[in-house]
Amino acid sequence: MFYLKKQELKTDPLQMLSKNWQNTMQQLELKAKDARLKAFYQAGAVAADTALQDICFVALDFETTGLDPVRDGIVSIGLVPLTLNRIHSSKAQSYLVKPRVQLNERSVIVHGITDSAIAQAADLELYIEPLLQALAGKVVLVHHLPIERAFLYHGVMSRLGEGVIFPIIDTLALERGFTQSGLQGWWRSMTAQAKPSLRLADCRQRYQLPAYQPHHAVTDAIACAELFQAQVAQHFSVSTPVGKLWS
Amino acid sequence: MQIEQIEILNFLKRYSPFKELPDDLLHQTALQVDIGYFKAGTPILRFGEPLQALHLVRSGAVETYRRNGVLYNRLSEGGIFAEQGLLRDKTVIFPATAIEDSLIYFIPVACFELLYQSDEVFADYVEIGDTQRKKSGVLADKSSNDLMSSEVRQLIGRAAVTLAADATVQQAAQLMQQESVSSLLIVADQSKDAALVGIVTDRDLRNRLIAAGLDYQQPVSVIMTKELVCIESNQFVFEAMLVMLRHNVHHLPVLDQGKVLGIISIADVIRYESQNSLYIVSSIFRQQTVAELQSLSTELASCFVRMVNEDANSRMIGAAMAVTGRSFKQRLLELAEQHLGPPPVPYCFLALGSMARDEQLIVTDQDNALVLHNDYDPLLHQDYFAALAEFVCDGLALCGYSYCSGDIMATNSQWRQPLRVWQQYFTDWIEKPDAQRLLNSAIFFDLEGVWGELHWAEQLNQQIRRQVKANADFLACMARNAISRTPPLGFFKDFVLENDGQQNNSLDIKRRGTAPLADLVRVHALSIGCAATNTYERLLAVKAAGILPKGRADDLIDALEVIAMVRIRQQAKSLQAGRSADNKVKPEELSAFERKTLKEAFQILSFAQKFLKFRYPGGRQ
Repeated sequence: MFYLKKQELKTDPLQMLSKNWQNTMQQLELKAKDARLKAFYQAGAVAADTALQDICFVALDFETTGLDPVRDGIVSIGLVPLTLNRIHSSKAQSYLVKPRVQLNERSVIVHGITDSAIAQAADLELYIEPLLQALAGKVVLVHHLPIERAFLYHGVMSRLGEGVIFPIIDTLALERGFTQSGLQGWWRSMTAQAKPSLRLADCRQRYQLPAYQPHHAVTDAIACAELFQAQVAQHFSVSTPVGKLWS
Repeated sequence: MQIEQIEILNFLKRYSPFKELPDDLLHQTALQVDIGYFKAGTPILRFGEPLQALHLVRSGAVETYRRNGVLYNRLSEGGIFAEQGLLRDKTVIFPATAIEDSLIYFIPVACFELLYQSDEVFADYVEIGDTQRKKSGVLADKSSNDLMSSEVRQLIGRAAVTLAADATVQQAAQLMQQESVSSLLIVADQSKDAALVGIVTDRDLRNRLIAAGLDYQQPVSVIMTKELVCIESNQFVFEAMLVMLRHNVHHLPVLDQGKVLGIISIADVIRYESQNSLYIVSSIFRQQTVAELQSLSTELASCFVRMVNEDANSRMIGAAMAVTGRSFKQRLLELAEQHLGPPPVPYCFLALGSMARDEQLIVTDQDNALVLHNDYDPLLHQDYFAALAEFVCDGLALCGYSYCSGDIMATNSQWRQPLRVWQQYFTDWIEKPDAQRLLNSAIFFDLEGVWGELHWAEQLNQQIRRQVKANADFLACMARNAISRTPPLGFFKDFVLENDGQQNNSLDIKRRGTAPLADLVRVHALSIGCAATNTYERLLAVKAAGILPKGRADDLIDALEVIAMVRIRQQAKSLQAGRSADNKVKPEELSAFERKTLKEAFQILSFAQKFLKFRYPGGRQ
């Protein structure tokens, strides 16, 4: 005999999990051993039904030595706190990080951070605490979630012996959703047209946001924050629950 | 020091008043900027809200409004708003709404105040207010001009004519005839400070005296209107009109602090409305004598002042003045032909210089010339054309276009020649330029046919375009000549700073501004064979031809407008104060904003002159 309501039956259990970050964070707090991680998880996550207008966000961007989160490392971190009303670029923070692997030429060309620039920089381990403090209790924004989530997870894992995970809103994933939904998205899929580019600069262009020089961590974080404000203004509302957006 | 907010810093570096800041202040500012995104249609500032920041449009477009909802200003990338509120009580004075999806930079109050206190240029800039700052910002409703914004005092043409109350009605009528006025103010007695007791008008004479069959030897007080309807001198013209309509009167005494300044009639109001150039042009062609034409020249001055007050731009004013100048010439030539009989051979009357360029202002020399048919025989025809030239030039002088000091007028036989002689003149000037010939070229190469065989003027223009374009040496000489008059370095408080460090208390803005700018643009225009003569149109052609570095043509267009408008406004100011207008500008009479923009315009001109030297090197003379 089933007493489950219809609504619950329809709900995808995986989606349920990802939406319930408040719970997840509480569990992670119990499992965490490192004090810095425990403190971070203790700050927790907001409830999934919290309206976007009531949330403090942090836009986050990493520049890395490559694309493999296990072998490559982070070379710079940019973060910018924001709300739906204001991007606090004046409170932006950045860290130059000395990766444990050699800088390769290809990535230096992308982000312009050279050996001499990171000669004085410290290992990621030193920045874990301030970084986690800056993110604690906030909802993190990134453009292309797999990079930031995996690099941070592995970076912390290799230093503390345990990884870190938290709710993130991916502006790229949001944009993919907008471009694939609706009549236009259907038409595109039916006619096998090229998919619209989801690169940060191209997404921004769709909202008439100015072109910025890419691959500078703080600039990219600001760019991501602006994109998010524009996306919310165009596609959601200030009272949209955060659970609809994060993953 | 490298800062992380690179994009913000780079953006601030591009726009006034930030780009003028010293590096350390600019960095400090960039570090304090916050950002917000506003979808099109969303309000950014609401009236009366507390203000926490100076707002700068990073991208998109924003409109600000007055409290009554009337548009105050429209801003695009680089525009600032909310500065007025910050300077006052830190609440919003002009509400703002994003009209496109916009990114706004917020510069916090503390930072704004630091900049305001420590940087004079910044302080000047924000104090001026955004409507004055941008030419494009002149968005005020057009109906707010004209009758709506002009004060009654502007209509008063002369002092009121008064008469004592014990004078007879006949004396009143005689005085009205003598002074050619349609109304009299009646005062208690002959004394100087006699009280105002009534008004008598044409209509009173008809309705209360003649129609009533009264004796005209009785005192004027019998027929005067005792209940005086007056208006204050600072009330608006439209209010005067409303008062007249409401009380059904055609005359209003105008008071200034209780004293009568004059009387305005309904005809004054109507005439004021019709003082536009179109009206003047049509009346020029109705005048039958030179003396009648002369009487129109005062209306021309009012028309000029009025266009300035209504925020017309320099092109509109220049074109309107040129059209009236042309009409004066055409009518004078018609009258001359009536007077002297038909011309023995065909001719073409040329306007030269500023009139040909459509850039004529109120203070203008007459520069003109006559092109005669090749069959012209001096022995037979000289007297006729000398008389024709004299008639026209004298007439123009009477109408306010003073004789040309350089004697470039049709009365000079050198400039009254058959077409083939003109063609030879121009060929000689272009092929063998010397100092005098270059000066001549600067005047004659802006030519326009006004009357007669206009196609000859076009023929000469084509010749100039063809020959100059093919002659690099001549262009180089012209270029050198064009940079002989330079703008001043700038202004400092109340004097003009010259390039050699000398100080003067006034500046000839034509000689140092508009003229060298026109000279410079002429060289570029002739080098590309441009047919236009107007400096603005030439600049558009030069821009399209791509011979100037990117953006320079637009800079020059802006500089042209700034310099021309300062000149125009100074002239209008003189005319309104009852002085004759000239081209002298005293820095102390300019506003801080005018000084600043004029200085920038001079810098653009100075830079353009350097570029001219570089582009047309050499230039033997």
